[in-house]
Amino acid sequence: MAGELEFEKPVMELRKKISELKEFTQNTDVDLTAEIDKLETRLQKLESEIYENMKPWDRVQIARHPNRPTTLEYISLLFTDFFECHGDRSYGDDEAIVGGIAKFHGYPVTVIGHQRGKDTKENIRRNFGMPHPEGYRKALRLMKQAEKFKRPIICFIDTKGAYPGKAAEERGQSEAIARNLFEMAGLTVPVICVVIGEGGSGGALALGVGNYIHMLENSTYSVISPEGAAAILWKDSTLAKKAAETMKITAPDLKGLGIIDEIIPEVKGGAHKDLKQQAKYMDKVLRDSMSELLVLDEETLLSQRYEKYKQIGEFSFPTEFIGVK
Amino acid sequence: MLKELFTKTKKKKYATIPSEAAKQDVPEGIMTKCPNCKKIMYTKELNKNCKVCFQCGYHHQMNSAERINSFLDAGSFRELDREMISGNPLGFPGYEEKLEKDREKTGLNEAVVTGLGSVNGLDVAIAIMDATFRMGSMGSVVGEKITRAIEKADELSVPFIIFTASGGARMQEGVLSLMQMAKTSVALKRFSDNGGLIISIMTHPTTGGVSASFASLGDYNLAEPGALIGFAGRRIIEQTIREELPEDFQTSEFLLKHGQLDAVISRTELKEKISGILEIHQPGGTFEWQEN
Repeated sequence: MAGELEFEKPVMELRKKISELKEFTQNTDVDLTAEIDKLETRLQKLESEIYENMKPWDRVQIARHPNRPTTLEYISLLFTDFFECHGDRSYGDDEAIVGGIAKFHGYPVTVIGHQRGKDTKENIRRNFGMPHPEGYRKALRLMKQAEKFKRPIICFIDTKGAYPGKAAEERGQSEAIARNLFEMAGLTVPVICVVIGEGGSGGALALGVGNYIHMLENSTYSVISPEGAAAILWKDSTLAKKAAETMKITAPDLKGLGIIDEIIPEVKGGAHKDLKQQAKYMDKVLRDSMSELLVLDEETLLSQRYEKYKQIGEFSFPTEFIGVK
Repeated sequence: MLKELFTKTKKKKYATIPSEAAKQDVPEGIMTKCPNCKKIMYTKELNKNCKVCFQCGYHHQMNSAERINSFLDAGSFRELDREMISGNPLGFPGYEEKLEKDREKTGLNEAVVTGLGSVNGLDVAIAIMDATFRMGSMGSVVGEKITRAIEKADELSVPFIIFTASGGARMQEGVLSLMQMAKTSVALKRFSDNGGLIISIMTHPTTGGVSASFASLGDYNLAEPGALIGFAGRRIIEQTIREELPEDFQTSEFLLKHGQLDAVISRTELKEKISGILEIHQPGGTFEWQEN
């Protein structure tokens, strides 16, 4: 099978063996049904062993899988009447972020998300899903528009991070990200964010201040990529695997830290194995969040969001003080 | 055989001169030649296709009446302020005659037609600029009619749609023309603050003061393909910066790439796309709970 990952190789090999045996039984008179059954039980066991005990690095691999479903794929399965809006109205149209208006179960919403490419050509056009300032500004423009027309906002987060480039700095990358955080805090409509792939640094957070933050089971959310962290901490980017384990970047980790609200389950082996089924899992969580948020008034929405971020962080006032007074 | 290859083909001995009678075989207006790809088409067929060339997709210029027919539901249009006409506030020599001439030529009183109508059953207030009248330039009447249409949209709580086509300010009205930019924008601001939906569709050409006011103030800024859209004219810019500008400078596609437009939409799909946007903005949406 194309695109198999290192850690799932034993599963793939066993599966191949079974299909070979099946073929063999069909083409000859030898009956191997018992053998096949045995192998299939073993496969099931192996699958649950491997997929239920995924290491952070395995999840990183799934989150980066070239076939991992993108924002536009989820949009086409979850929404109707999508009309894409381009441009920040001042400098350019950043295709690393897509956004527009659509209907979710008949209800008007604004949908925004990072967009990776599916092949090299598209990836170049979309800058591998790494936005420039005009991308964040487009997103903000659409959020303000949603606020004007009282539409809930749904954001899909899927980026390695903000693009570290010269042009991005010249056009105010920091200001653009900061502005989004600031303005998203004050949006008077429900905001639901879902990390669907990699959630990398400020580039991810610029679409990530909401009433609910959900994560797909095998997505990651972190201040920096494991490679980047390894390079900074240990001056060796090959220690990425170790960094992935130390940095607490998986959905269960973030749930444990109280940063995200819900983990959206993935189909066995990752979302790319069955996009339609995955969309159904996503649909359920989005519907639940929508119905919870749609009944809240503006003030409650704002204070809920405020409290959500206020409680993040860890500190203490020890009884026996050891610092500087 | 080789020899044949090198022998010159015989020149025609006679040239044909089409006779007057032959020329009149095709009465004026039955056929239209596309200025872009030179294809010759039946005018009737072309009109049926919203005046979009079958071969190259070139958008032929449309006047306000044609626009109403192709964009609004049949019979739904009710015109507002049809009788409003321009004075000559600066006493500009020859202005009144020019207006009179264009009134005769176009059958219009001014460079914009405003009114109420519906798009696939959804009510809208609409303003359609007409470049056949004084190049669609904006004077007091254009500003006033558009402002009134916006106020009507506000009063009825319906979306406001504007098709822009303008060479810019009307020189003969001087600073009064300039102020129409502010007047229309002030009206749009109030409408927008009241939650009004504004859709601007820029058509060829949308320039000068019109591009720098209501044309750019839509919640959705859309354009037809290949339209010239910009503030300062190409020649002026080239003379100022002493540089040759790129071929696609100030086209719809150029603007889309530079973040100024939400989308470029072919005229043949315009009605469907816009009614889609209107649909999403209908009040009273419900959250349906069907399991899937």
